[in-house]
Amino acid sequence: MIGFVAGRVGKGIVVLLAIVVLNFFLIRLAPGDPALVMAGEAGAGDELFVAQLREKFGLDQPLPNQLALYVRNIASLDLGYSVRQQMPVATLIADRLPATLLLTGSAFAISLVLGVTLGALAARRAGRAADTAITGLALLFYATPLFWVSLMAIIVFSVRLEWLPSFGFESVGAGHAGLARAADIAHHLILPAMTLGLFFMAVYVRMTRASMLEVAGQDFVKTARAKGLGDRTIQRRHVLRNALLPVVTLAGLQAGTLVGGAILTETVFAWPGIGRLMYEALLQRDYNLLLGVFVVSSAMVLVFNLVTDVLYRVVDPRIEAAR
Amino acid sequence: MDARTPRRTVVSVRDLRLALPAGGDRAHAVDGVSFDLVAGEILCLVGESGSGKSMCAHALMGLLPKAVKPSGGEIRLDGADLLAQDEAGWRDTRGRRIAMVFQEPMTALNPLMRIGDQMAEMFEAHGLLTPRERRARAVALAGEVGLPEPERIVRSYPHQLSGGQRQRAMIAMALALEPAVLVADEPTTALDVTTQAQILDLIRGLQRRRNMAVLFITHDFGVVADIADRVLVLRHGRVVEEGPAEAVLGRPREDYTRTLLAAVPSMDPPRREPRSGPKAVEVAGLCKTYSTGGGLWRKPRRVEAARDVAFAIHQGETVGLVGESGSGKSSVARLVMRLIEPDRGAVMLGDDDLTRLSGEALRRARSRIQMVFQDPFASLNPRRRVGQIIADGPVAHGVPRSEAEARARDLLRLVGLDPSAMERFPHEFSGGQRQRVGIARALALEPKILVADEAVSALDVSVQAQVLALLEDLKQRLGLSMLFITHDLRVAAQICDRIAVMRRGEIVELKPAGALFANPEHPYTRALLDAVPGRTRAAA
Repeated sequence: MIGFVAGRVGKGIVVLLAIVVLNFFLIRLAPGDPALVMAGEAGAGDELFVAQLREKFGLDQPLPNQLALYVRNIASLDLGYSVRQQMPVATLIADRLPATLLLTGSAFAISLVLGVTLGALAARRAGRAADTAITGLALLFYATPLFWVSLMAIIVFSVRLEWLPSFGFESVGAGHAGLARAADIAHHLILPAMTLGLFFMAVYVRMTRASMLEVAGQDFVKTARAKGLGDRTIQRRHVLRNALLPVVTLAGLQAGTLVGGAILTETVFAWPGIGRLMYEALLQRDYNLLLGVFVVSSAMVLVFNLVTDVLYRVVDPRIEAAR
Repeated sequence: MDARTPRRTVVSVRDLRLALPAGGDRAHAVDGVSFDLVAGEILCLVGESGSGKSMCAHALMGLLPKAVKPSGGEIRLDGADLLAQDEAGWRDTRGRRIAMVFQEPMTALNPLMRIGDQMAEMFEAHGLLTPRERRARAVALAGEVGLPEPERIVRSYPHQLSGGQRQRAMIAMALALEPAVLVADEPTTALDVTTQAQILDLIRGLQRRRNMAVLFITHDFGVVADIADRVLVLRHGRVVEEGPAEAVLGRPREDYTRTLLAAVPSMDPPRREPRSGPKAVEVAGLCKTYSTGGGLWRKPRRVEAARDVAFAIHQGETVGLVGESGSGKSSVARLVMRLIEPDRGAVMLGDDDLTRLSGEALRRARSRIQMVFQDPFASLNPRRRVGQIIADGPVAHGVPRSEAEARARDLLRLVGLDPSAMERFPHEFSGGQRQRVGIARALALEPKILVADEAVSALDVSVQAQVLALLEDLKQRLGLSMLFITHDLRVAAQICDRIAVMRRGEIVELKPAGALFANPEHPYTRALLDAVPGRTRAAA
């Protein structure tokens, strides 16, 4: 297992390096001289300032040196400087990361727990009214665009019913602290997390249901019945556990979108996370910031892939042999 | 049976009727079947596929498929009618009073649970013992069924065990609560012949020691001869004949039983003239090693599927490749067809080395050597009509479609099917008919050599006899040479001129069929021959 993890970490580092190099050339692909762009952003255009910028960011060096510099900077966690925001990119991202992880993490948990529960319920009642209702609902969430669900949720729960706040991370100026603040944030979290989680919940419902029905027909389930085990134990221990294997694969894919996958939701609900930071950086042509977000999300995807692979080997003992 | 112990009937099945859903080809899966299971006795339920033998077994466990409903009769266990009890009653019966062993030990065990936990579940299901005691019992049971290193085995997962070990684990599980009745549904069908012999011994021994009543389902008369005290022959859900094993096997009263017994291939190869004409295929020094796994930190696992395999097939000759699973016989078939690339060696078709050809020459050479596959269900494309399936090969080789279809019609007639089959889909045919389609497909390219990979293994014994006769007849008429791969020594005895015995990628013995059976030299060949079920009784 340790060898496996070490091998995967090694491969991950290589992939990350490739991404960083790709990033570097992406900057070069941006139209015009980066220094001029930066100078333009800063609102000054005289030759001296541009030359200073060039020197400051090493743009006067030959390309290979610049590449080496860029890679060295990233390796020391220096993601560059956002001229627009007048702050280091790393600081900007670190500021926003917790909010995003809170949102996407809750959405992840909601979709996984609700999806698997509802899917298992639908499988047990296959063909009956509860199954039709659950699969119908899942299909609806699967097919409806996220932004529309978000807007409708705001109209219903915030505007009409006034149950939940429609935007923001917490009540501004309320001065909550400690538990009260946590409750306030949780209150703000409900709508965006639910809307973000609905799509994947629908996917998990359908997958769990199909997978459980398939496993229920397998021989070892008959063996379990032949032992005289009760239906609940059979469903939980024999059917569900085996049915969850494909769900784990899918959850790994979803986990990869934890950092970069909430742009739409964060924008609609004015959630101060990475997604909105990226959106703003895009509008403001803040390339350094954009690429910093890009590197961080790529690294996160790699990390979550590794976690999924390790988890998969924990839940399925056959993987070790099949490698 | 020991004469001193009185016959105690544990289960009595009377006039059992199991209804199939409306619209099928018959109304009842099982129609008026009666039998008794007696303590200390093994009753074999024999029949071909669709005879309802498996349904009887499942009815005894209350594990019938949802669509099949008991519609009459009774199953009495120590006096109480099982069919009248509710689900809670069934749960109590299953495992504790009647236990079952299934056919396929790989799929019958939960792949994600340790063997010991699966055994312990047996006690847990009936609320017996503490978790610690359950584990201890699991270890003891593993030892009792002859699993090596019981302590280690109970901590293993199913995929870490061999097929025979898995079946032993299944049996251990079934015996855990000392049930009065053991139902074994084709428990050795998926196993190699030597493993099968061991498992049969084990079941026999445990049944005697514990004085259990055993219901043993099988399609194999060899197994029946080895293990049965009494035999019940089923056909289309009805009892054809019942009686003590010696009587049913030795002096069958019914025609159907006689037909079935006659269809079992004998272990005595018919006399065959040795062939000495030109060689159709000559295989020399064929090597193939598979390596799986491996990576930066681990050595790959290497399996030698073929090690210096060499043999020749004369024109008009059938050479058999026999061996247990994993012996490399199927790999050799695929190498000879060049479906996989050899590491070394040559496959000479006349003057051409098939392993060196490429492009157009390879395509042309391929038409001279064709394959009949094992599974008549999986080897035909379900979405194409039989006519297309047969004509596709010639069309790909440039024969005009109309001509190819005319030829397909002739071929269907040749393999004993009506040419109207052209317009139908594979699922409309029975297994035997499908295998005939498979043979017609292989013959469409007018090959000189036919490679049959377990071509009759999935078929019922009577159908198997017909297909073997067809292959023999075609071989004579078309002057074919054949490479016949099988795990079944009886089949090999009947159809092969010469037989090669394979073990771990090597041919250990290659001899004319008659000489191999009469005078096996290699110890492994002898072990294989000894393990063939039903030998002793057939010889007696």
